[in-house]
Amino acid sequence: MLGFPILSLMLAVPLVAAFICLLVNAQMARTVALAATLANFVLGVVLWCQFDVGGAQWQFQESKELFSGFAWKLGIDGIALLLIMLSVFLMPICILASQGIEKRVGEYMAAFLVMETLMIGVFAAQDLFLFYIFFEAGLIPMYLIIGVWGGAERIYASYKFFLYTLLGSVLMLIAMIWMVQEAGTTDIPALMAYDFPVDAQQWLWLAFFASFAVKMPMWPVHTWLPDAHVQAPTAGSVILAGVLLKMGGYGFIRFSLPMFPQASADFVWLVYWLSMIAVVVTSLIALVQHDMKKLIAYSSVAHMAIVTVGLFAFNTQGLEGAMIVMLSHGLVSGALFLCVGVIYDRLHTREIERYGGLSINMPKYALFFMLFTMASIGLPATGGFVGEFLALAGIYQQSSLVAFVAATGIILGAGYMLYLYRRICFGDHKNADAAAMPDLNLREWAMLAPIAAAVLWMGVYPETFLAPMRGDIRYVETRLAAAKPTGDAQLTAGKPAARQDHAQHGGAH
Amino acid sequence: MDLLQSLRIAAPEQLLSLSAIVLLVASAWGQTRRDARAVTWLAVLTLFVAAVMTAPVLFEGVRGDAASAFGGLFSGDAFAAFAKLLIYAAAGASLLVAPAFFEKHRAYRPEYPVLVLFAVLGMGIMVSAQDLLTLYMGLELNSLAAYVLAAFLKPDQRSAEAGLKYFVLGALASGILLFGMSLTYGFTGTTDYAGIAAALAEGTVSKGALFGLTFVLAGLAFKISAVPFHMWTPDVYEGAPTPVTTFFASAPKVAALALTMRVSLEAFGPQAAAWQQIVIFAAIASIVVGALGAIGQGNIKRLLAYSSINNVGFILLGLAAATPAGASAMLFYLVVYVAMTIGGFVAVLMLKDADGNYVEAIADIAGLSRTRPLLALGLAAIMFSLAGIPPLLGFWGKFVVFQAVVEAGMVPLAALGIAASVIGAYYYLKVVKIMYFDEPAGKVTGKSDMVHEWLLATCALFISPLGYLITKCLIALATVSAGVLFVAV
Repeated sequence: MLGFPILSLMLAVPLVAAFICLLVNAQMARTVALAATLANFVLGVVLWCQFDVGGAQWQFQESKELFSGFAWKLGIDGIALLLIMLSVFLMPICILASQGIEKRVGEYMAAFLVMETLMIGVFAAQDLFLFYIFFEAGLIPMYLIIGVWGGAERIYASYKFFLYTLLGSVLMLIAMIWMVQEAGTTDIPALMAYDFPVDAQQWLWLAFFASFAVKMPMWPVHTWLPDAHVQAPTAGSVILAGVLLKMGGYGFIRFSLPMFPQASADFVWLVYWLSMIAVVVTSLIALVQHDMKKLIAYSSVAHMAIVTVGLFAFNTQGLEGAMIVMLSHGLVSGALFLCVGVIYDRLHTREIERYGGLSINMPKYALFFMLFTMASIGLPATGGFVGEFLALAGIYQQSSLVAFVAATGIILGAGYMLYLYRRICFGDHKNADAAAMPDLNLREWAMLAPIAAAVLWMGVYPETFLAPMRGDIRYVETRLAAAKPTGDAQLTAGKPAARQDHAQHGGAH
Repeated sequence: MDLLQSLRIAAPEQLLSLSAIVLLVASAWGQTRRDARAVTWLAVLTLFVAAVMTAPVLFEGVRGDAASAFGGLFSGDAFAAFAKLLIYAAAGASLLVAPAFFEKHRAYRPEYPVLVLFAVLGMGIMVSAQDLLTLYMGLELNSLAAYVLAAFLKPDQRSAEAGLKYFVLGALASGILLFGMSLTYGFTGTTDYAGIAAALAEGTVSKGALFGLTFVLAGLAFKISAVPFHMWTPDVYEGAPTPVTTFFASAPKVAALALTMRVSLEAFGPQAAAWQQIVIFAAIASIVVGALGAIGQGNIKRLLAYSSINNVGFILLGLAAATPAGASAMLFYLVVYVAMTIGGFVAVLMLKDADGNYVEAIADIAGLSRTRPLLALGLAAIMFSLAGIPPLLGFWGKFVVFQAVVEAGMVPLAALGIAASVIGAYYYLKVVKIMYFDEPAGKVTGKSDMVHEWLLATCALFISPLGYLITKCLIALATVSAGVLFVAV
C-alpha cells in the first residue's frame, strides 16, 4: 500500500486541470485535458499494480474529519477498483474523441474533467454522504455537456436527464439520513455489515431502488436515456454509457444488496419482471430504429437488464457476471458510440439509411465496427460473452423462466446489431458522399485500438478482471446468504449408479 | 439585576441607535453625493463594531440569567447573537451595493443608510425580545423603516407602489399579530415568554390561547412571507429598488424567522403539538407554491422572490421538527440562505446594459456565459445551490433540515418536502439554461462595480464546495445558539 493519498490525488488531478482549462485558449485546453486524463490513467495503473489482490477488503483508505456530519473518507475494494479503472481508461479516449469540438473548448474540457473527478469520487467514497454528494454532483456537468454541446433537441434532453435522475435520488437521501440515524455511522463498510430491521428494509430498499433504477436505467424509467444519448456529443455518450450507467449497478452491489438483503429477496420479483420486460421490449424497439445512436441506447437498456438479473441471482456467478457485463458494456457501448461518432464527423447524420457499403471504402473502420458489434452480441472471445454467460448461468440456478427470457435478449441483440451492421457496412454504396468518406485516421486508431484490445483481453483471459473482485463478491454473497430465496432449479449432483444401488440395497435391509 | 448590567447586555443596540441618530442629524447638513457615501461607510463601520461587540456572546454561548436585561424584557443570549451577526452582515452587504444603484438614478441620499440602521436596530430588538411587547416594538421599528426604504426611489412609480403595498399589507399583518398577542395575554395573563410557557405548561391549551397562537403565527407568517400570506412578496420584491430588495430578502427574513423560532419554541414551546400542524402546512405550501409560482416568471427579481418563499418553506420544516436539531438546522440554513440571496441579488445588480441601465428580464440574460463568463458562473452556482444540488452548500442547508425532520420521526414529511424540491429545481435550471444554452442576446454589456464583484465572489466562494470546510464550526455554533431556546422546556 502506498504511503501517499493516491485516491485524493486522482480526484485532484482532473479538478486542477479543469480550472486550468477554463483559463487557457482552445488548443492549450485540449492538450491540458489530454495530459491530465492520461496522468490519471497512469495513476490508475499504479493503483491497480499496488492493489493487493486477495488482501484486505478495503485498501488505500484515507480518512479526514473535515466536515460536519460526514468525513472525507476514501477507500476501494476490487469492485470499485475495476470501475475506477474503466473511468480513467475511457476518459483520455473521450478527450481524443472531442478534438472536433470547436465551440467553447475550454469549458467543454473543464466539464469533462470535473465529471471524471466526480465519477472516481462515487466509486472511491467510503462515507455515505460523501458518496451522495459525488453521485448527485455529476448531474451539473452532465446537464451542461448535453445542453451546451448537444444536438438539436438538446434542451429537452438535458431537462429530462436532470429532473429524472434528481427525482430518483432525493428519496434515496431521505433513506440515507434514516439509515445513519439508525446505525449511528456514515461509514459505508460499517453500514454494509449492519443488519437493518426487516420491516424498515423494504422502505429503504425502495428508496434506493428509485434512484438506482433511474440511473441504471431500468424499464420503464429508461426513457431519459435515448434522448440524452442521441443529443449528447459523442464523448458525452461514451461517458454516459460507459461509466454513468454503471453507477446504478454499483449502487445495487454496494448498497441495496449487502445492506438490505432481506428486502432484496422480497422484491426480487419486481426486479425480474422489470428486467424481463426491458430485455424483450427494448430489444424490439432497437430493431426498428433509424437513428444509430438511439439503437445503441436501447441496446444499453437491454444489456443493463441482464446486469440487474445477474445481480439479483443471489449467487457468485450472477454477481460476477453482472460485474463483467458492466465492464464490457462500458467498453463496448463506448466503442460503438465512438464508431458512430467517426462517421458522424464525416457526414453529420446519424440516419442509418444514409450510409451503406462502408466496408468498401473504410475497411479498417468496418473491421473495428465488426469487432464491437460482435462483442455487443456476446460472441465468445469478447468480454460480452464471459459476462452474459456468467450472469445467465447465475440466474438459471434461481429462475429458469427469467434465464430463458433474458437469454432471448442475446438472440434479439444479434438481430438488431447484425441488421445495423449490414445496413451500414455491407452492400453497395448508396450515397456518393458516404462512399467518398476516408478511412480511420491516426487519432481514431488511437481511440478504438485500446478498447478493442481490452475487449479481447476480457474475453480471452477474464481472470485478470475477476480476481480483484472475487473476495468482495464473496462478501456480498455471504451477506445475502441468509435471505436467499429458493430457486426453481435446484441442481442436485447426479449420484453414481453404483452408490445408488448400494443405497437401495441398504434401504432394503 | 441592575441597570448597568442591562445596558451592557444591550450595548450593540445602544451603539446602533446612537449612531443612527447622530448620522441622521449629520445628514441634515450634508446632502451631496460624497456625504451620502461617507454616511454609508460610517453605517457599515457601525454595523461592524456592533458585530464585534456581539460576537463574544455567541462564542461564549451566553444564556439564561447572564443574558437577561431590563427585568426580563430583553435577552442578549447566544441565539440572539447568532441572528444579529447574520443580520449585521446582510445589512452591511446591502448597504455596500446601494450607492452605485441609486446614483445611477440620482436618488442616493444619506437617509438611506440611516433608515437601514434603524431597521437593523428594530431587528436586533426583535430577536432579543423576551416579551410580546418588546417583540412588537422591535417589529414596528423595523417595519416602519422598511416601508420607507421600499418607496425610496421616489421618481419610480413601481417603487412607490411597492412601498404602499408593503405598508398596507404590513400594517394588516401587524394588526393580526397584535390581535393574537392580546388574545394570548388575555388567556395566559402575561406577555412574558417564560410566563406564557409556564401558563401553557399544564394540560391542554385553551381555545382562546389557541386562537391567540394562531393569529400570532399568521402575523409572523406575513413577515416571513410564508404561504398563504406570501402574496405581497413578488410585487414588493419586484417594485422595490434592487438594493432594498437585497435587504428585504435577507436581514428582515432572518429577524422574522428567529423571532418566530423564539415565540414558537420558547413561549409556546410546551404546546408544540398545537402549532406543529400549522407550521407543517405553511412549510409544505410554501415549498410547493414557491416552486410552482416561479415557473412562469419573466422577471428575475420576481423569480428570486418566489425562490425566497420556497426557501422559507424549507426553513420552516426545521421548525416543524420542534427539536434542538431542527432549530440548529434552521440557523444553519439561514446562514446559507443569506449568502445565496445576497449573491443572487448582487448578481442581478451586476446585469447592466451598455448605457448602465439595470436589466431585470430573464430573457435578456440569454447567453450570458459567453459575454460575461464569470458573472454567469457565479449566478449559475447560486441557482444550483438554491436548487440544493450538491456539492454546493445549498445542499447541506437542505440536508441538515431534512436530517432534523427525519430524526424527529417525520419521515413522510421529509419525503414530501424533498420531492417537492425537485419542482423547484426546474426553474433554477431554466435560468442556467438561458445563460448557458441560448444564443447571446447581447444585452448585458455594461461594466460592474468593484464592490459588487467582490461581494459576489465572496458569496460564491462561500456556497462553493469550499464552504463545507467551515460547516463544522458553523454547525457547532448553531447548535449552541439553538440550545438556548430549549432551556425553559
